Amino acid sequence: MSGRVLVGVKRVIDYAVKIRVKPDNSGVVTDGVKHSMNPFCEIAVEEAVKLKEKKLIKEVVAVSCGPQQSQETIRTALAMGADRGIHVEVSGKDYETLGPLQVSKILAALAKKEDAQLIILGKQAIDDDCNQTGQMTAALLDWPQGTFASEVSMDGAQVKVVREIDGGLETIKINTPAVLTADLRLNTPRYATLPNIMKAKKKKIANVKPADLGVDLTSRLEVLRVDEPPQRQAGMKVETVEDLVEKLRDTGKV
Amino acid sequence: MNRVLNKSSLRNLTGLIQRFQSTLVVAEHNNDKLTPITLNAITAAGKLGGDVSCLVAGTNCAKVVEEISKVQGVKKILVAQHESYKGALPEELTPLILETQKQFSFTHICAGASAFGKNLLPRVAAKLDVAPVSDIIEIKAPDTFVRTIYAGNALSTVKCNEPVKVFTVRGTAFEAASVEGGSATSEEVAPAPPAGVSEWLEQNLTKSDRPELTSAKVVVSGGRGLKSGDNFKLLYDLADKLNAAVGASRAAVDAGFVPNDMQVGQTGKIVAPELYIAVGISGAIQHLAGMKDSKTIVAINKDPEAPIFQVADYGLVADLFKAVPEMTEALSK
Repeated sequence: MSGRVLVGVKRVIDYAVKIRVKPDNSGVVTDGVKHSMNPFCEIAVEEAVKLKEKKLIKEVVAVSCGPQQSQETIRTALAMGADRGIHVEVSGKDYETLGPLQVSKILAALAKKEDAQLIILGKQAIDDDCNQTGQMTAALLDWPQGTFASEVSMDGAQVKVVREIDGGLETIKINTPAVLTADLRLNTPRYATLPNIMKAKKKKIANVKPADLGVDLTSRLEVLRVDEPPQRQAGMKVETVEDLVEKLRDTGKV
Repeated sequence: MNRVLNKSSLRNLTGLIQRFQSTLVVAEHNNDKLTPITLNAITAAGKLGGDVSCLVAGTNCAKVVEEISKVQGVKKILVAQHESYKGALPEELTPLILETQKQFSFTHICAGASAFGKNLLPRVAAKLDVAPVSDIIEIKAPDTFVRTIYAGNALSTVKCNEPVKVFTVRGTAFEAASVEGGSATSEEVAPAPPAGVSEWLEQNLTKSDRPELTSAKVVVSGGRGLKSGDNFKLLYDLADKLNAAVGASRAAVDAGFVPNDMQVGQTGKIVAPELYIAVGISGAIQHLAGMKDSKTIVAINKDPEAPIFQVADYGLVADLFKAVPEMTEALSK
């Protein structure tokens, strides 16, 4: 196959960071906080690069929507083996209300423009935890979707996808062009080596505005407030298994 | 007096608006039984105040329709039976839901936030050109929902100004609707023409006699500390004494100790049982996201500094290989 893969990558607060809610309840503190590529996006990039290494596709294009700093995330994808990047610049107020609906419209427009055969995304971003963008992109393009993929095998114009579902696994076969979303078990993303990071600096990142793609960023979702979740009461340590079982019996838990 | 009048007329007005709400719950089932999370979604739908309808699409719907017809709170069941709904592929179900929406103009469309609901509803929403709301834990008003973000470390209250509200419901945040006393009528809806771009091939479900993880009253979970898949037998023995489901942390799944459908956490299953027993689990942010709404949390870990102890109601600092068999033994008495 000589197709092209678009991979969506999102810049999010690093997964290991303990987040803080802003005192005015307008959101979460992001200034001065460590950001990195969404872990599920890393898995998506790895899968795309693997498909290229197997010569099943020709080109991997990494796309990110967001402010200037999103370019760092694209660079990371380039260092992992993506061929070129597209930065869809969204900043200020538009970025604050940028959600899966807007991103999927951007991705769908890019997929058409770039004549993509596959779009690979992570199954969810660890900040908004939406788990929507892949499904919505597929819908807008009228392409089939292989979500929560833990195994992907390309066979001509079709893709066999093993999906993680609630009771176990299921296998589906979908026509290309298609959208895939990566689950944790799809692969183990590679580390970008220093030479590859250097090479990535030479790769091209195109700058695109949503308006160039004819995408309207209006959002009809409004975040009224963001709160800390209720804190749990401090618990107690018990000394022995007997104590533990007794406590559980006393409170009627066993 | 005047104030009282105003209040009651305001209430009447709200009642009037609510009567115009109508919600479609997309039922999840396996052509034989309704999936329990659908009952939680029906409760959530009932909180919106309007009529609740249920869509049952599948290759064989009769039994499930029979089941839902007795569920309290459901007024109407829409039934679409066709071979193309085999495997509940979203490419096939979406056109059906859009047709149904065209015919009945629901104000809300929802499903449980399971793998099924998460796969399907965003596709429906995009086709309606509306932004969906995922995994809601509370309904404040017909257009205002609460959901968690950042692995459950913040609560976001969102107002949805879309003409149709499409959302998925966190099962553990709403009671299950009663499966008795309902009297829904059912009507057939015409299946949409098959899309034919995807095909369901097979399913490999993990077989277990234990209760289902997301609805179990007691959950016993193991982490990396179990050291091997064989050692999970210790947890199965304990779980059997407690009639508990067995869960796992990502570390235990990644290490291959247990299959991934047992994973509890931000990217696995969200559980909120009466009792959650975490064994050999450190308590990473991503794991806590899946269990910290449990009523009582017990942690057994040999590391007194493990973060799990910060959320545990009862913590036991001990070697799990000694403590777990002891506990199983103590519960036999």
